Amino acid sequence: MKTLIFRTIAPTLTAIMVVFSIFVLLRGHNEPGGGFIGGLIAASAIAIYGIAVGVSEVRKALLVDPISMAGFGVFIAALSGLLSLGQSVPYLTGLWGYISIGATKITISTPMVFDIGVYFAVVGTISAVALALEEGEADK
Amino acid sequence: MTEMLMAPFIGMFFASAVYLILSKSVIRMLLGITILGNGVNLLIFTMGRVTREIPPIVPAGLKQPVGDIANPLPQALILTAIVIGFALFTFLLVLGYRAYQELDADNTDNMRLAEPANPPQPPLNY
Amino acid sequence: MESSYETALELDLPRAMLERATSAGEWNLILPVVIALMAGALLAMIRHSRGSQVGFSVLAVLAIIAVELDLFFQVLELGPVAMTMGNWLPPFGISFVADTMSVSFALAASLVTLVVLIYFQAEIVPREVRHGFYPLVLLLLAGVTGAFLTGDLFNLYVWFEVMLIASFGLLIIGGRKMQLDAAIKYGFLNFLATTFFLVGLGYMYGLIGTLNMADIALVAGQADPAPMTAVAALFLLAFGMKAAAFPVNAWLPASYHTPDAAVSALFGGLLTKVGVYALLRIMVALMPASRELFDPLLTGIAVLTLILAPMGAIAQTNLRRAIGFLVIGGIGAVFAGISVPNVLGIAGAVFYAFHSMLTMSAFYLVAGLVERVTQATDTRHMGGVYAANSLISILFIVLVFAAAGLPPFLGFWPKMLIVEATISQQDWILMSAVLINSLLTSIAGSRLWAHIFWRPGRDGANSEVPNDHLRELNSTEKRMALSAVCVLVGFIVILGLLPNLLFNAANFSAMDLLNPQSYITSTGIETGTSLTGETQ
Repeated sequence: MKTLIFRTIAPTLTAIMVVFSIFVLLRGHNEPGGGFIGGLIAASAIAIYGIAVGVSEVRKALLVDPISMAGFGVFIAALSGLLSLGQSVPYLTGLWGYISIGATKITISTPMVFDIGVYFAVVGTISAVALALEEGEADK
Repeated sequence: MTEMLMAPFIGMFFASAVYLILSKSVIRMLLGITILGNGVNLLIFTMGRVTREIPPIVPAGLKQPVGDIANPLPQALILTAIVIGFALFTFLLVLGYRAYQELDADNTDNMRLAEPANPPQPPLNY
Repeated sequence: MESSYETALELDLPRAMLERATSAGEWNLILPVVIALMAGALLAMIRHSRGSQVGFSVLAVLAIIAVELDLFFQVLELGPVAMTMGNWLPPFGISFVADTMSVSFALAASLVTLVVLIYFQAEIVPREVRHGFYPLVLLLLAGVTGAFLTGDLFNLYVWFEVMLIASFGLLIIGGRKMQLDAAIKYGFLNFLATTFFLVGLGYMYGLIGTLNMADIALVAGQADPAPMTAVAALFLLAFGMKAAAFPVNAWLPASYHTPDAAVSALFGGLLTKVGVYALLRIMVALMPASRELFDPLLTGIAVLTLILAPMGAIAQTNLRRAIGFLVIGGIGAVFAGISVPNVLGIAGAVFYAFHSMLTMSAFYLVAGLVERVTQATDTRHMGGVYAANSLISILFIVLVFAAAGLPPFLGFWPKMLIVEATISQQDWILMSAVLINSLLTSIAGSRLWAHIFWRPGRDGANSEVPNDHLRELNSTEKRMALSAVCVLVGFIVILGLLPNLLFNAANFSAMDLLNPQSYITSTGIETGTSLTGETQ
């Protein structure tokens, strides 16, 4: 699949998809979207990049190993639940905080941290699988 | 009433899934597994009762939804089931692909490495 | 604009949200799972550094064991403990409930994991560490512990799948062709089993509108019995497959012997027992009416499994495959206990499952040692290693006796309870099946023992089947593996000699299962949610 057109368009497409995936992730709290769907979009971006430029290039570009990324996601998702330990409420209780920057009030909450964890877990796992499949293709 | 219409659909999903899973080819079994997963999701959805009520979303400014709302729980269950089913499907897909490459077999009849086709007799004496 | 959480606070609170503070004791419920998950995730991040992973994973499992021990004594003293996630009240939130049975199973699971981790040090393969052996083991432990401790049926399904994914990974971790073959069979059949479970869940939700176990226990009796029977049949099929009971056991002997011995031991100790646990919890505690209806079927499964499984073991020449059949035989004994619905039978089933977790993983570990010593996986190519390895031979024969249920080892007591229960029901067929199982298991086991240790020299010397993955252990590694196995076997012997604590625990578990009132009260549900009415 290393055609000229695809190779030219793929980096742009990947960048747009990754940005869009972060948008979907952050939007997901009260509106359609969320960590899983955002993670899937990001993972497909990585898969597209892999098809265009080859798996080893993608691994270099990712900086971290996909499985480590998935581990990081699971870790912070589990951690977000543990924060409620100090508040004498059960595991995974949502805790909320607000930060005011100028006129906008930004909500920080443990469900969002959880969702970010889900995002990383999904990106890591799915791109690991996709890269493994693409690698098998290249070997032949 | 809609449940009655859903039932035969779910039945068809299950029937085609069973047909595909009974095949000897791994790729067909994979497709069967996917269809089965979708059939089950549809079943849970139907079991949560199909109604024409509005989505379970609290309108802005209100404290609780107005009037009857659709049951959100089956949707949550299905979402979880889809995610898990997807994860397992990708795993089985990679596994099937690896098996196809390494064992050179898409046919389960040829997969006799773990269980040899003609098992040796146990020794009869000490 | 206020967030939705704050708006919710002004609504009908006492019915939906927990208003009292959560005590530290309740946190013990969730901590084992959280520690396992977080440790597994951390290990996945550092899986390229070999040295730190061992110590870290052992520390994590030790922490889990400490928490579970605390929980165990808390439960023995005060009865079941519960915590519902996210500050909701059940049935709205997902409950975690620990009663005696679930905590003792969880404890046995983490103990087995600890021993396996230490054993793995002896036959460590760097490539497998890089491919994530440690994270997968902890993920498996998280799944198993979660399945034991959860009080919600759908959550149980999720933990089943966590466990399944981790076990897939462990099953193929060596990358041998045989493992790929086994993983395909294991994968498809177990995925089917969990899908049947999911179908049952869907029907159950449609029938009674709740999936919280305590809630189900309250309302299951009022539901229409005919569809509930269908649900129970689906559950029986799903958990029977998971537990590898007779007609649906094919995946177990096809897969358990292919990975490393350490992984086999984990599987033999943990996976089937989760199916058994789910059967005990759902058929005995939640749907007693359906269990009664299925009584003849359960007895039939028990009898067939009890007799056919050890016969399979006798017909095997592959050592670990033969042990796989012995694992299935143990499942038959548990089914025999379940099919006798009095305290004796259920206590026997619980006790047997606990014993089987320890004994079967020890058995696989010893088998792994035997394979290393003889450089063969097939008993036809073994023999004459008695003099050089007398300790291994002693461990092996102890485990054979424990598995067969001969006194004074651990397996004797649960079998005694089950036999007593069958006598009290005058179920002579079942009773003789349990006893014949003991006989056949000891024949199969001592046959293996005689072939491996007693028989002079190797017949036909070298194996015609190359066992390329078997690296001979040097003496330090061997000592390490032996000490790990010795600890586990020591446990089995000591618990066999001093079974009082376990007897009490099994009795408590059985009483809790047969009369789930204290289980229900602990979650805080007083009256069950009303059955879902048809929306007109």
